[in-house]
Amino acid sequence: MAIYLYDDTQVLVQGMTGNQGSFHTRQMVKYGTKVVAGVSPGKGGQELDGIPVYDTVAAAVEKHRIDASILFIPAPFAKDAAFEAIDAGVKVLVMLPEHIPVQDAMEIMAFAKSRGTVVAGPNTFGVVSSGKCKIGIMPNQFFVPGDIGVVSRSGTLCYEIVGNLTAAGYGTSTVVGLGGDRVVGLNFIDVLQEMEKDPETKAIIMVGEIGGSAEEEAAEFIKANITKPVVAYLAGKSAPPGKRMGHAGAIIERGKGTFEGKVKALNAAGVPVAELPFQVPDLLAEALKR
Amino acid sequence: MKLYEYMGKEQFAKYGIPVPEGGVASTPEEAAALTEKIGSVVVKSQVLSGKRGKAGGIGFTDDPAEAREFSAKLLGSELCGFTVDKVLVEQKLQIDKEFYLAITVDGAARKPIILASAQGGMDIEEVPEEHMVRQTLDVTIGMQPYMTRDITRRLGVTGGIAKQIQGILLKLYKLYVELDAELAEINPLVISGENVIAADAKVTIDDDSLFRHKDLPVVEERTDAEKKAHALGLSYVELEGNIAVMANGAGITMATLDLIQYYGGSAANFLDAGGGAGIEQTSKALELLLSKNPKAILINIFGGITRCDDVANAFAYVKKNIGIPVPVVIRLVGTNEDEGRAILKEVGIEAYQFMHEAASKAVEIAKGN
Repeated sequence: MAIYLYDDTQVLVQGMTGNQGSFHTRQMVKYGTKVVAGVSPGKGGQELDGIPVYDTVAAAVEKHRIDASILFIPAPFAKDAAFEAIDAGVKVLVMLPEHIPVQDAMEIMAFAKSRGTVVAGPNTFGVVSSGKCKIGIMPNQFFVPGDIGVVSRSGTLCYEIVGNLTAAGYGTSTVVGLGGDRVVGLNFIDVLQEMEKDPETKAIIMVGEIGGSAEEEAAEFIKANITKPVVAYLAGKSAPPGKRMGHAGAIIERGKGTFEGKVKALNAAGVPVAELPFQVPDLLAEALKR
Repeated sequence: MKLYEYMGKEQFAKYGIPVPEGGVASTPEEAAALTEKIGSVVVKSQVLSGKRGKAGGIGFTDDPAEAREFSAKLLGSELCGFTVDKVLVEQKLQIDKEFYLAITVDGAARKPIILASAQGGMDIEEVPEEHMVRQTLDVTIGMQPYMTRDITRRLGVTGGIAKQIQGILLKLYKLYVELDAELAEINPLVISGENVIAADAKVTIDDDSLFRHKDLPVVEERTDAEKKAHALGLSYVELEGNIAVMANGAGITMATLDLIQYYGGSAANFLDAGGGAGIEQTSKALELLLSKNPKAILINIFGGITRCDDVANAFAYVKKNIGIPVPVVIRLVGTNEDEGRAILKEVGIEAYQFMHEAASKAVEIAKGN
């Protein structure tokens, strides 16, 4: 099972011939992902390690079944590329680029919704169903098959948590990067809902951070809908108020989105919260016993 | 990027949103001349902060000499942590009623949201929820006249005033979209006799959209070091402690700061070297960290798009060519981890596997010095 991505998911890479695009296409292929085509305007007819490159997404879908696409496209051109993929009928879109204007993101999400496309990101590391299909830029070696679902707002931090899990002997079912921006496609609730239904996922780890209200909303949802054990880790306990720490989401405003507020909301939903990454496996072990 | 009030009002005027007659002054003489011309005025210091009134940054007068004196006191002074470079001198309005009107981003809904209230003129956080009108917008149709009619209905206004507010809503949305604003706020929107006027303007432009707004003025909110980091494409915030931190990704950088605090140390900065930082960028980031004279440097890299060998090469380069006068603790795992570790080993550095070990070591070093 897994969610969003499966053994036979056929993947398109938009921006495949670029520096990052070609490097990570090779990494994805190495992981076992079925990358069937690439798109790079003006490079149609070329190949990357035998994978055909097309000028447009429409040209790629004429020749291949495309289930999902990933964007390695600079932010100023990302909206166009996302529209192109959604318009061509791609059902799962992974948007890696950061610094996409927030109004572009809102337009993308509205269009995706109208066409039934699931969007992860922007500013995400991607999605991986461990051992089956990886669409993203995460380091391969940490994503080993298992029964723990992980959903995260933050990229590197998610690797950190998954790395800790792997070291403690836990593999992962599906790991989803929501993205660090203010407007993203998938949110905690969407993913929690899918993981609840996924027979391969036994427990769920939520990786969050200060700022915004996504964790508080997720807490409400968990209380009402999730029966599987959930453990959370939140970054930003030490962050001084009012300072913007990188992510658009990571800003404490108007007393909302504080570390304490999020911990309180999650605890009230029966979700234990780790304050430091290395505490996650122990909390998970306890949660699984209950 | 926040715009100063006077810049926001220039944009409002461009979009046809009524603002008080006025002008911006950089000298007391200019302020006096504007007062002479306008008559009864309000003098408002131009800083990127609310609470100017409470801090003494706003004054009323109809006397040019008094305007000169008040401006002389304000210009060059510190207010709410900012230096006042300019004052806005504009017509003092007769205020019959104050409204609040804003368009911003509702992240959870993934849509623009209108916030409006018939209780303007104060901190919007203090307006009770039942007096707030909230309306999210579908970007595919944007702001339509029927929506503005419903908003004025919910605000409880009728007649000519309602019509004017409806017009302002349409114009404010146009400005919000065309300027890629994250926030376009009018507080207060003043009812003055038969007229509706924007008495303040708070416009924040999405930094990520600035590539398509070359015509907008540049407003600098950063410190010198932060400016330098921004030019390098790094995300950097200065803090008070003595352990310089570089990590890749906002989340893991925050987590690194949390660990430093947990072990009893304090971070000198937040530096997110981001995804895919190359050799040149990484070495510049290291130089930036050294410029703050920390007691130790903690580097925490979990490579994904960032490759460990790039980070290690950059580090080896800085060590050989610039020199690093303080102890450095490195944690390096992820993409091309083995290559990275081998490169570091050549310059005599053993990289840590776990971030908590590295953080506790850095704290130990910083305390020992």
